Amino acid sequence: MALDAEVRAAAGRPVSAPRVTRKSHFRIQVWATWTVLALLLAWGCRALQLDFGYVAQKLPFLLGLRLGPDGFIQGAVLTLFVTAVSMVCALGIAMITAAGRLSDNPVAFAFATFYASLFRGTPLLVQVLIIYLALPQIGVVLGGLTSGLIALSLNYGAYLAETIRSGMMAIPLGQREAAMALSLPRWLILWKVTGPQALRLIIPPAGALFVSMLKDSALVSILGLWELNFLAQSYARSSFRYMEMLLAAALIYWALSIVFEIVQFRLERRFGRGVAVVGRR
Amino acid sequence: MADLVTIDRINKWHGSLHALRDVSLTVAPHERLVICGPSGSGKSTLLRCINGLETCDSGDVVVDGTRLTGDARSARFARREVGMVFQSFNLFPHMTVLENCILAPIWVRKTPKREAEDLARSVLDRVRVGAHAGKYPAQLSGGEQQRVAIARALCLAPKIMLFDEPTSALDPEMINEVLEIIVGLADSGMTMVCVTHEMAFARRVADRIVFMDGGEIIEHGPPAEIFDAPRAERLKAFLGSILKN
Repeated sequence: MALDAEVRAAAGRPVSAPRVTRKSHFRIQVWATWTVLALLLAWGCRALQLDFGYVAQKLPFLLGLRLGPDGFIQGAVLTLFVTAVSMVCALGIAMITAAGRLSDNPVAFAFATFYASLFRGTPLLVQVLIIYLALPQIGVVLGGLTSGLIALSLNYGAYLAETIRSGMMAIPLGQREAAMALSLPRWLILWKVTGPQALRLIIPPAGALFVSMLKDSALVSILGLWELNFLAQSYARSSFRYMEMLLAAALIYWALSIVFEIVQFRLERRFGRGVAVVGRR
Repeated sequence: MADLVTIDRINKWHGSLHALRDVSLTVAPHERLVICGPSGSGKSTLLRCINGLETCDSGDVVVDGTRLTGDARSARFARREVGMVFQSFNLFPHMTVLENCILAPIWVRKTPKREAEDLARSVLDRVRVGAHAGKYPAQLSGGEQQRVAIARALCLAPKIMLFDEPTSALDPEMINEVLEIIVGLADSGMTMVCVTHEMAFARRVADRIVFMDGGEIIEHGPPAEIFDAPRAERLKAFLGSILKN
C-alpha cells in the first residue's frame, strides 16, 4: 500500500487518500443516498392523506405487543415466531437433503432429489392447503399453526438444500485432500475445513431465502392465524383504512427484513475471514 | 531397519487409463527419493497411493507397518506418520497461518493448544515464516504459502514427507526459497519422496532417483547413474528434453 502510494507520487499523479478515509467517505455517501430515497418515498405517501391516528391506535396489535383474543401471540410477533421456527426446521431438513444429494447411496440420492423436486415444483400456497385440508382425510389432523410451520419448513428446506449443496461443491477438492493428508477425521474436516468455507458462500443466498420466508409466512394467514398480514387486512376491512393498514404492515415487514439483512451481513463478515483481506468493505 | 514404505506390485486404473502398472518400490528410513518423469507418467498417483489419497486396484502398500486396505481407518492411521505438501499449497484460507499449523496436532496428536502453538511457532521460524504467524494465507506470497504448508505438515512430526511438485506453481524467484527449506529438511535426515522437475535439486538431495513413464518405473538408481549414464531410451529422451533449457 505504502509502496503503491510512493510509486504514484513518483509518477506525478495525485496520491489517493488513505484507505480508512476512502472507506468512511463511501459510507457517508451511502447513508446520504439512503436518506434521500427514504424521504422521496415518504413524500410520495403524503399524497395518500393517511390517517396516522388510526395507525397509532392499531400499531400495538400489528406489532403483537398484546396477546390475541385467544390468548396466543399475534401480529409481527407471530410472524417472527412462524419464520424462526420454520427457519430452524428448514435448515435441518436442508442439511439432510443436501447430504443425500451429495451421497453415493442411490436411495438417499433418490429421496433427496424426489423431495426437492416435489416441493420446489409446486406452489407454496397449494402445499399449505394440502397439508391443512387433505391430511385430515387420511387421519392426520393438524392445527393451523402446525400445518403452516410444516409447509414453510418443507418448502424452504427444498430450496435451501440446493443452496447448501452448491456451497459445498464450490470448495476445491484440494482443501479436503489437504485435511485428509493431515489425518483429520471426516466429521472434523466438515466442521473445521470445508463447512466454514462453504458457509461463506451459502450465507448470502440463504439470507435472501430467509427474508423471502419472512414475507411468505403471510400465506399461513389463510389457515386462520392472526399474523401480521391477517391483522392488517381485517383491520383494513372493518375501517376502510386500507392504505394505512397495508402500508403499516409493509413497513413492519421491511423493518424486520432489515434486521435479517444486518444479521446476514455480520455472519458474512465472520465467515469471510481470510478471503479478500485486501479491499473488503 | 525395516523399510518405512513398501509398495508391492500395485496397479491403478483411472477409468480406462492404466495409471500405474505393477509398480514396486521401497523407501528406507532417512532415504531421499526423487520421482521424475513426463507429465501423466503416474508420478503423482504413486505418491498419493503412499498416504491413501488414491487407493490402488491391486497390490499392497504398507506404510510404517500399517497396510493400506482402502478403508478410511487404516488410511487415517498411516497418515499420522506421513506429511504431504501439494503443488497448489492447499492452505486453509479461513484460518491464520498459526491456526493452519495447530489444527492437526490438537485434534490428531491431542496436543494441548498452548503446546501446539509453541511447537508451530518454532517450526514456522525454522521455515522462516515465523513473522507471518498471525496472517491469513491470502496475505502471503506463493513461496511463503508453500513454506507454511511445509510447516503445517511438519507440525504433525511425520516420519516421512511427500512432496508433490512443490515448486511447480511458484514464480521463478520463489522456487529457491522453497527448495532451500526442503534441502535443509533432507540434510536433517528426514525421509522424503519428492516428485519434481527441478533436476539440479534432484541431483543435490536425492539418494535415489526413480524415473517413471507410462505408469511404470523405467529406471532407478543414484543420481550419478541416472543423469550421467542413463540406460533406457525413454530416460535419455526425457533428460534430453528437460536439460536442454
